[in-house]
Amino acid sequence: MGIEGIGARVARKEDKRFITGSGRYVDDMVVPGMKHAVFVRSPHAHAEILSIDVSAAKKMPGVIDVLTGKQLKADGIGNLICGWMIHSKDGTPMKMGAWSPLAVDKVRYVGDAVVVVVADTKGQARDAAEAVSVEYRELPSVIQAVDALKAGAPQIHAEADNNLIFDWEIGDAKAADEAVKAAAHVTKIRIVNNRLVPNAMEPRAALGHYDRGDDHTTCWTTSQNPHVARLVMSAFYNVAPENKLRVIAPDVGGGFGSKIYIYPEEVVCCWASKKTGVPVKWVADRTESFLSDAHGRDHVSEVEMAFDKDNRIIGLKVDTIANLGAYMSLFSSCVPTYLYATLLSGQYNIPAIHANVRTVYTNTAPVDAYRGAGRPEATYLLERTMEVAARELGVSPAELRRKNFITQFPHQTPVIMNYDAGDYAASLDAAMKAADYAGFPARRDSAGAKGMLRGIGMSCYIEACGIAPSAAVGSLGAGVGLWESAEVRVNAVGTIEVLTGSHSHGQGHETTFAQLVNSRFGLPIDQVSIVHGDTDKVQMGMGTYGSRSGAVGMSAIVKALDKVEAKAKKIAAHLLEADEGDIVIEDGTLKVAGTDKNVPWFQMALAAYTAHNLPSGMEPGLKETAFYDPSNFTFPAGCYICEVEIDPDTGITEIVQFVAADDFGNIINPMIVEGQVHGGIAQGIGQALLEGAVYDDTGQLLTASYMDYTMPRASDLPSFQVSTSNTPCPGNPLGMKGCGEAGAIGSPPAVINAITDALGLRDIAMPASPQTVWKAANSAKH
Amino acid sequence: MYQVNYHRASSVEEAAKLASQGDARLLSGGMTLIPAMKTRLAAPSDVVDIARIEALKGVKVSGNTVTIGAATTHHDVAGNAELKSAVPAVADLASHIGDPHVRHRGTIGGSVANNDPAADYPAALLALGATVVTNRREISADDFFMGLFETALEDGEIVTSIRFEKPEKAAYQKFPNPASRYAMTGVFVAKSKDGVRVAVTGAGDNGVFRASEIEAALTKDFSAAAVEGVSVSADGLMSDIHASAEYRANLVKVMAKRAVAKAG
Ligand SMILES: Cc1cc2nc3c(=O)[nH]c(=O)nc-3n(C[C@H](O)[C@H](O)[C@H](O)COP(=O)(O)OP(=O)(O)OC[C@H]3O[C@@H](n4cnc5c(N)ncnc54)[C@H](O)[C@@H]3O)c2cc1C
Repeated sequence: MGIEGIGARVARKEDKRFITGSGRYVDDMVVPGMKHAVFVRSPHAHAEILSIDVSAAKKMPGVIDVLTGKQLKADGIGNLICGWMIHSKDGTPMKMGAWSPLAVDKVRYVGDAVVVVVADTKGQARDAAEAVSVEYRELPSVIQAVDALKAGAPQIHAEADNNLIFDWEIGDAKAADEAVKAAAHVTKIRIVNNRLVPNAMEPRAALGHYDRGDDHTTCWTTSQNPHVARLVMSAFYNVAPENKLRVIAPDVGGGFGSKIYIYPEEVVCCWASKKTGVPVKWVADRTESFLSDAHGRDHVSEVEMAFDKDNRIIGLKVDTIANLGAYMSLFSSCVPTYLYATLLSGQYNIPAIHANVRTVYTNTAPVDAYRGAGRPEATYLLERTMEVAARELGVSPAELRRKNFITQFPHQTPVIMNYDAGDYAASLDAAMKAADYAGFPARRDSAGAKGMLRGIGMSCYIEACGIAPSAAVGSLGAGVGLWESAEVRVNAVGTIEVLTGSHSHGQGHETTFAQLVNSRFGLPIDQVSIVHGDTDKVQMGMGTYGSRSGAVGMSAIVKALDKVEAKAKKIAAHLLEADEGDIVIEDGTLKVAGTDKNVPWFQMALAAYTAHNLPSGMEPGLKETAFYDPSNFTFPAGCYICEVEIDPDTGITEIVQFVAADDFGNIINPMIVEGQVHGGIAQGIGQALLEGAVYDDTGQLLTASYMDYTMPRASDLPSFQVSTSNTPCPGNPLGMKGCGEAGAIGSPPAVINAITDALGLRDIAMPASPQTVWKAANSAKH
Repeated sequence: MYQVNYHRASSVEEAAKLASQGDARLLSGGMTLIPAMKTRLAAPSDVVDIARIEALKGVKVSGNTVTIGAATTHHDVAGNAELKSAVPAVADLASHIGDPHVRHRGTIGGSVANNDPAADYPAALLALGATVVTNRREISADDFFMGLFETALEDGEIVTSIRFEKPEKAAYQKFPNPASRYAMTGVFVAKSKDGVRVAVTGAGDNGVFRASEIEAALTKDFSAAAVEGVSVSADGLMSDIHASAEYRANLVKVMAKRAVAKAG
């Protein structure tokens, strides 16, 4: 692997700037003449806008302009859309309600943007925002998805009758019904997946700069996918044609999905810049982020899992209601469908599966993909159900799982997915060994002697990453392709720039992508720069989400490197008067195999650019572009084991050990992979124990700051024991599967299985806060 | 934050004068006032910074009497060697307030004057029967804490120090709110020659209060087992998304037991 190549634990190149505070985020960007925007937001969950009076605000000091949704519409700015078409089982298209970037006649959640104020300073914009007077007529609101479907519930969008967006199904209903009928045992359970707020460290921000001279707009934004932002803003929102719109996503401080989507604010900043003639910057404050960032999860499901007399699963029926909030965010429709129900086979051989999913409008913030996106919901549902089933059947949870594992690959599930490779028993064995599973009863007894309740729980997850291929996702309703592009630019002195459509916002691409180049050509990673996040620099790209940057983004780089290598070898062969087929690249030198004839990499590069002595007919230069469209998803999988100790007097749950045994395929940088797993598990434990977005009955978000929203802290978390046992992915050149989301996907059920084991309960709600656990522990007491 | 005039006072007298103008507020550690100003919930015309007045700083233990200057930070209280040996419970309490940033700025005077129903210090002051010394008078803790964010302080009155006698035994046990880490229930027990006092913060719907049934039980028998027999009512306790009144009632008892055990 070399000291900087694939497989090496190289320290992250980008950390120097992040740790020393020299990263450059959207809020660091300053453009001459720049002004500041503040949004007036709805204080009501559901109301008609009767009138808006901006006259007093306009007269306030420093105010440039105060703009409303009517003006925005008059200028032809489009409504925000959901980019993935889902059809209900009756064949009708999803019922998408209009989402104006600034509300015009109705507001639908607390935080809905209504008016934007542009002023010299942020303070002046705030002052003026307070002077805007909006007259509302309050309407009844509905918060829970289950309630929104009830007859007589408040109607949120005219387009969606009874708030139902679509009623979709997958799998074979008849076969699943028959399996349930024929079963020796059926485990029935209601599974609730709590609503979360993503909480990236950097709040969302946007800076729109319209250049009148060039009729050109530049938008700096906190995006995980600047090219998608440009495409959507030009094709659907009429911000500017693509050739006149540059989108830059500089350093971005975490996204976790919440920065995939194009929100009202970046559209409004670009429009307001054109309208006012000044560059306009907006930076969310934390409570604004809580209110308006897309939330995650929020599913309620009824599950029936059918077993035969040998405890083999013969069928699974799932009925899910998913809360999509007040508007359909960009990819909201695919999360509870193709990213969720297609994973309902888990690691198990399940001959018959049927899932029905209804998505619903409510008067809450829009809900979209959040780390894991659909797969945590599927995994939580399956792994909770498996645990409950094992207890009902009186068998060991590990053995019930093992008995039902898929062992032959490729494996076609009844819900679209074709698993290419995996070894689920290997992960289970590794996790059980690391956790000293066999020693648990003794540990439980000694905890009991201290008055503590100890429990153990596991979760065997599978997920699908690098969602693809483009033609397949297109046929399922995606509005975009899901390939990736790369350009490899060898400079005249041999140093290299890699331009990628992937976007790094914490993942460490500047290091791992350079490690790949090092492995191929032997150049030190310091001589390889990764360029991303700017539509003017990078040809095109689909961005980073769904753990796709390794499996898809790096595969595109491999393709471009292949082309560079081929041309470099041709040049070297010409210079060395050798046969192209005899040239090998080792340690930054092109050699004639088996001889001492060689040409250093930089000399070959110089030859490409001086073009004094190239093979006849060869174009000068050394720069190659490639687009890579995967042939399939990748399927990371693994087993997580959590052990908890509960203090029944206070309800405090301590995680005494957490073991992760993952299969991520081949790994570029184990240190970065471990970091991804640690972060993912922290978020998963957060979901299980700590985090939950709570709205009151009138739609006010009660958890709108860290005073009430419990973010995981270091002291809430154990020291993780992580390991991998890898089966290379056959579907891409590097054999990679992806590791960005696994931790958040696999961990919540392991935690809840451990808690319910400790308490001797069937179920407990997430987050299992001290109060919730205390109540459960004391109601469970005999 | 709205526009505000900033003044730095060099003495208590100067601070009192500056604080009498307009709609002025005293600024000590700023850990409560500044966030409230940033979110525009507080809008003073002037702030008068008292955090650098030397006379307001420091911990003094002379004989059995402890005096803590109002502008002494939580960090300085937590780390004071004399206090740690005289009344370790107070140093321990200070070490569990907020996080290191908060402890290096926040002060005992600010905390006491603010009387947040979830703040830690009010429990210590009430249980220790402390005296709040101001630039005008001395107020006993029993009279000082008057309800949610309400104290006996008059307009422009400045807390200058907190004074209390060393108890025979004392300990503080805090159950932090999982999100904010303020006290969701905190119990301070103190045993002195005048008897046992138990004060509860974070739980009462009218701020810090004394748990008289627990005091009675502990007066008879200062042991964790004695608390076991007390039934704590949920009446008058707060309910919110993190803890119902019933859960808080349980925590009052559990924290009291643990505090007694800790006090030894
Ligand atoms: C993240 C965070 C976590 C926290 N966690 C905790 C916790 O766990 N437990 C806890 O108890 N507290 C906690 N706090 C509050 C902290 O202890 C503050 O220090 C305290 O509440 C106020 O003290 P201050 O010196 O910062 O006062 P300031 O914010 O400066 O002032 C607070 C109020 O008191 C008035 N005031 C200040 N000094 C005087 C004086 N000498 N005389 C009269 N009036 C005065 C001011 O005018 C103002 O109204 C936390 C705060 C933060 C930001």
